[in-house]
Amino acid sequence: MTTLLIGSAYFAMLCCVAGMGLASVRLWRGPTAQDRVLALDAVYINGMMVVLIAGVLFGTILYFDIALLIALFGFVGSTALAKFLLRGEVIEP
Amino acid sequence: MIEQDIPFWIAVPASVLLIMAGLLGLTGSVGLLRLNNFYRRIHAPTLGNTLGVACLLIASMLVNSYLASRPIVHEVLITLLLFTTSPVTAMLLMRAAVFRERTGKKS
Repeated sequence: MTTLLIGSAYFAMLCCVAGMGLASVRLWRGPTAQDRVLALDAVYINGMMVVLIAGVLFGTILYFDIALLIALFGFVGSTALAKFLLRGEVIEP
Repeated sequence: MIEQDIPFWIAVPASVLLIMAGLLGLTGSVGLLRLNNFYRRIHAPTLGNTLGVACLLIASMLVNSYLASRPIVHEVLITLLLFTTSPVTAMLLMRAAVFRERTGKKS
């Protein structure tokens, strides 16, 4: 039964890496700036999922902290970029 | 790799949840790439953000709780973080898109 779990974990990891690739294509092509920010957010989420699947695969909870940090940085980056697009500066006086 | 033998009643739900999470994340990214308008595209990755991550976190909780032989619920933190922050990002991006379209910035 461990083989089934490892196989499905590899499948999910492959799917998430493919999703990162597709989002990177959108990041490269995106016609407008907000498309690029959205694609960057999708890349962050998919990368966090890859790290979490690695945590399942290796059977440790060490990867959980890395995933939490990636989610946090993704939120801060996307929000700062969206605020910049909206107002022209990130932190207003 | 996992060294111990995972029993049937943990491995099958965890595998189903992992496969669902992978397919949902891939679906969200395909939608992000294929839809033809920003307001349509912003809907697509939310599928992977919410349901995919939730499936993955439940699978991770199952496997890690069995391996550590005690309940591990750290993953709820990521769920809470994502469920509170992803609407904020989506709303700010939406307002930025509306503002930029109204003021006529093309790039």
